[in-house]
Amino acid sequence: MSWIDIAAIDDIPLRGARVLKTAAGCVAVFRPTEDEAYALSDRCPHKGGPLSDGIVHDRKVTCPLHNWVFSLETGEAQGADEGRVDTYPVRVENGRILIDGTALTRRHAA
Amino acid sequence: MTKKLVVIGAGMASGRMLEHLIAGDPQAYDITLFNAEPRGNYNRLMLSPVLSGEKTYEDIVTHDDDWYAENNVTTRFGEKVVAVDRDRKVVIGEKGEVAYDKLVFATGSNPFMIPLPGHDLPGVIAYRDLEDTQSMIDLGARPGARAVVIGGGLLGLEAAAGMAARGVDVTVVHIMGHLMERQLDESAGFLLRRSLMDKGIKVLCSANSKEIVAGDDGRVRALMLDDGTELPCDLLVMAVGIRPSTALAQEAGLAVGKGVHVDDQMVTSDADILALGECVEHDGALFGLVAPLYDQAKVLAHTLLGVEDRFVNKEVSTKLKVTGCDLFSAGDFADAANREDIVFRDPARGVYKRLVLEGNRIVGAVMYGDTGDGAWFYSHIKDATDVSEMRDTLIFGPAYQGGASADPLAAVAALPDDAEICGCNGVCKGTIVDAIQGGAGDLPSLKATTKASNSCGTCTGLVEQLLELTLGDDYAAPAAQPICACCDLTHEDVRRLIKSKELKSQPAVWQELGWKTPNGCHTCRPAVNFYLLADWPLEYQDDPQSRFVNERKHANIQKDGTFSVMPRMWGGITTPDELRAIADAADKYAVPTVKVTGGQRIDLLGVKGEDLPNIWKDLNEAGMVSGHAYSKGLRTVKTCVGSDHCRFGTQDSTGLGIKLEKILWGSWTPHKVKLGVSGCPRNCAEATCKDVGIVCVDSGYQIGVGGAAGMDVKETERLGDAATEQEAIDLTVAFIQLYRENAKYLDRPYKWLAKVGLDWVQERVVDDLDSRAALVERFEISQSVYRKDPWAQHVETERNRYAPLADLTLEAAE
Ligand code: SRM
Ligand SMILES: Cc1cc2nc3c(=O)[nH]c(=O)nc-3n(C[C@H](O)[C@H](O)[C@H](O)COP(=O)(O)OP(=O)(O)OC[C@H]3O[C@@H](n4cnc5c(N)ncnc54)[C@H](O)[C@@H]3O)c2cc1C
Ligand code: SF4
Ligand code: FES
Repeated sequence: MSWIDIAAIDDIPLRGARVLKTAAGCVAVFRPTEDEAYALSDRCPHKGGPLSDGIVHDRKVTCPLHNWVFSLETGEAQGADEGRVDTYPVRVENGRILIDGTALTRRHAA
Repeated sequence: MTKKLVVIGAGMASGRMLEHLIAGDPQAYDITLFNAEPRGNYNRLMLSPVLSGEKTYEDIVTHDDDWYAENNVTTRFGEKVVAVDRDRKVVIGEKGEVAYDKLVFATGSNPFMIPLPGHDLPGVIAYRDLEDTQSMIDLGARPGARAVVIGGGLLGLEAAAGMAARGVDVTVVHIMGHLMERQLDESAGFLLRRSLMDKGIKVLCSANSKEIVAGDDGRVRALMLDDGTELPCDLLVMAVGIRPSTALAQEAGLAVGKGVHVDDQMVTSDADILALGECVEHDGALFGLVAPLYDQAKVLAHTLLGVEDRFVNKEVSTKLKVTGCDLFSAGDFADAANREDIVFRDPARGVYKRLVLEGNRIVGAVMYGDTGDGAWFYSHIKDATDVSEMRDTLIFGPAYQGGASADPLAAVAALPDDAEICGCNGVCKGTIVDAIQGGAGDLPSLKATTKASNSCGTCTGLVEQLLELTLGDDYAAPAAQPICACCDLTHEDVRRLIKSKELKSQPAVWQELGWKTPNGCHTCRPAVNFYLLADWPLEYQDDPQSRFVNERKHANIQKDGTFSVMPRMWGGITTPDELRAIADAADKYAVPTVKVTGGQRIDLLGVKGEDLPNIWKDLNEAGMVSGHAYSKGLRTVKTCVGSDHCRFGTQDSTGLGIKLEKILWGSWTPHKVKLGVSGCPRNCAEATCKDVGIVCVDSGYQIGVGGAAGMDVKETERLGDAATEQEAIDLTVAFIQLYRENAKYLDRPYKWLAKVGLDWVQERVVDDLDSRAALVERFEISQSVYRKDPWAQHVETERNRYAPLADLTLEAAE
């Protein structure tokens, strides 16, 4: 793993998200609680909705286009919908968000 | 031969260590104990009860002179150690040297003082020792004394509560959004804040300190916040954190990181020097609570006695020592995958409990109001117990492995007797309960005897719950449709309870109304956010994260994730300059589609999210503002050309439309609101199918409400007639405010009207002139906050919401 420092946790509003541009495509970085961050691919498997624009509740996000709900932890669609979004390892340390760069490049190569 | 042991610091950790050492072998060492404070070991934790007056200093001394004498400990209290000479193996105190064979650092930590201008003024103190405590006690003896505490953590709140108990007027200033954010989540933080406010303590969250201001006497006079607020005070207590006290160890050349490095045996980088307590760093961890320090004390004593032992850092739990604030927090709430929450709330008792589960284990627990089971949960956290078997009933604790579920009636049961249930007729809970007990056993007879729920009917749900509560199983309330799976209450009930219980924040609603999830979902959050801002426009701050993306980004999201941008054209009137600016913007941002909408304005479709602030800035510069084409708020006021041009026009319909749009724009409403103003009954502005439609006639204005031309099509009903333009405006504004205050989220006016009836609305908007004026006034108060262009605001302060967090495209490719 190679941890890349991408931003301060406070750069993302509580229960909000921001987009991280990577060679593997856009990644949505979520902050569901004061000091947690999760990173998921920013494309909804249903019809490509930008998950970073969804409403964040608990450790879940609701897609803005047709309200599918995804777990931020596993990327799995919740309830009756079926699908999964790629997730990327993220750590929060001393108020900074770190993302696993290897996972980003690996997805890219694959 | 007895070896010489020197201990620097007579605090919580070294006191416990000495007990273990002497119990193990009283002859092993000849001990000298230094302490910078002019006294020996006392229970520092208990300073808070001393401050609040529940204990005296004598009660909290752990080791008195007799104890040191009996155990042959030479004490050098009130003497600071200034250096350690490791080559000669001597400790240098202010009054002379002492040689050592083994040396222990137990220097604790120093309070961190934020270097604000004025932080070194007399009257600015920390909260660490007996001297600080005494300053606060002395303040309490002065009538009318005021104090400010910076820091809403454990220490700050204990200081605040202690001073308040002594009659001091205390304000707590906390930089984060809720109190004790390291230990508590928002809901528990809300309950804690409320308990403190009940004790008369003022609490300011999300508040940034800027400067400490001196008075004429050179002492602290006030704290100034960065928004310019001045909080006058005679004493300022800073309780914002601690830093390990490592200077001495560092000068002596020991390995020091954030604290003095120790291994599992509590030995530093020098084999003859050991350390423990808040001054150490073990395996990257620092310490701020006593439980692990006691473990360290035992290990260190064992190491000195040659007994094998090792220190293992365990989870800690926290309790706040403020009488009446019963809270408990343990374990970890952050940073791990696969976590689930179990939440329990009992609004009637002010109880909140939350467990964080990871797989089959509890990893964190917060509770407020009823912390009896804290220790039980804590032991499961420490032991990593597999809880899958008892998961369903886990939250009820060890005694309750039978599993009653949360009581949906709890919120109503908790209401005081004087809480207003029926707003229309001013009927409170006590009156209704009395009537039920007096024999009114169903809704119709209650309506007849008390008038409750006899008018608009939005309180029917609550009245039925009162019937159920009072009559028990004898009454079966018809099942009402709750907002969503997060709670058991209907929209109407939630609205009424927000008003009658004066709930002014989302965590307050979640807690007091028994939400079953930590922070709602995409269905209830936007509704609750709207209800709060409609009811408390000045107090509640709109929460963008509780809004659908369109309202958060002030543009309509498209199927491909781009956005549409639609500036306002007041009453459908535009100018060549505006049209040029729109054309320029369309060129500059390569807008794929430019469309004239059904709402008499122009839509720029397909703008990239990142470009939004830029295109808005260009449109703002040409004098245009957001058209709110995305909002549950005022959309358009469609007009016709009216008396200025049309040969049939009876009044200035265009002018009235523009006036109405300028008054109403920016307001949030339960669903979108569209208006039309036609200059004559030919009705070219299609006014008779709008939410509010005005048709001009010779004698004045006919005001219709509750039209629809979307999924349903419906003609407006006549609200009333107005002789003057001003009266037409007042009727419109009063109608919209009544709708804002009462309708269910996502009911258009026609749906709401069908529930409450036109008569009910007319009584308040048309017949009762005082009520009309009051509605207009409340609308204006709300508009003092919301009649602003969100585009201009976002260009100025929220730009980075639209930009990517970071761009790794280059890095990741390497
Ligand atoms: C742009 C426009 C169509 C056009 O090209 O003319 C439009 C576009 C949308 N309308 Fe509309 N409506 C537009 C005029 C209308 C009208 C006619 C009017 O306003 O004169 C109606 C019927 C009257 C009414 O309001 O009911 C109308 C009834 C609806 C409805 C049904 C509402 C209802 O209560 O029945 C929806 C769905 C909703 O709001 O939940 C809707 C929703 C939408 C949304 C926001 C769909 C969505 O949620 O994403 C469309 C956004 C498209 C986009 O990507 O930007 N639109 N929509 C019109 C913008 C008017 C403006 O200037 O603000
Ligand atoms: C008001 C208050 C309430 C608290 N409540 C709780 C609670 O409820 N629960 C909990 O777990 N923890 C609580 N704590 C924290 C707890 O008190 C500390 O974790 C604990 O006291 C640390 O012990 P220590 O021995 O490392 O340091 P200390 O107890 O601070 O002792 C260090 C001593 O070393 C002396 N010293 C430092 N440098 C020198 C030197 N160069 N020469 C001579 N002497 C020196 C200092 O004067 C001090 O007396 C509270 C703290 C405070 C201030
Ligand atoms: S009628 Fe309105 S909601 Fe339907 S496709 Fe057209 S713009 Fe979209
Ligand atoms: S694109 Fe996400 S739910 Fe349809």
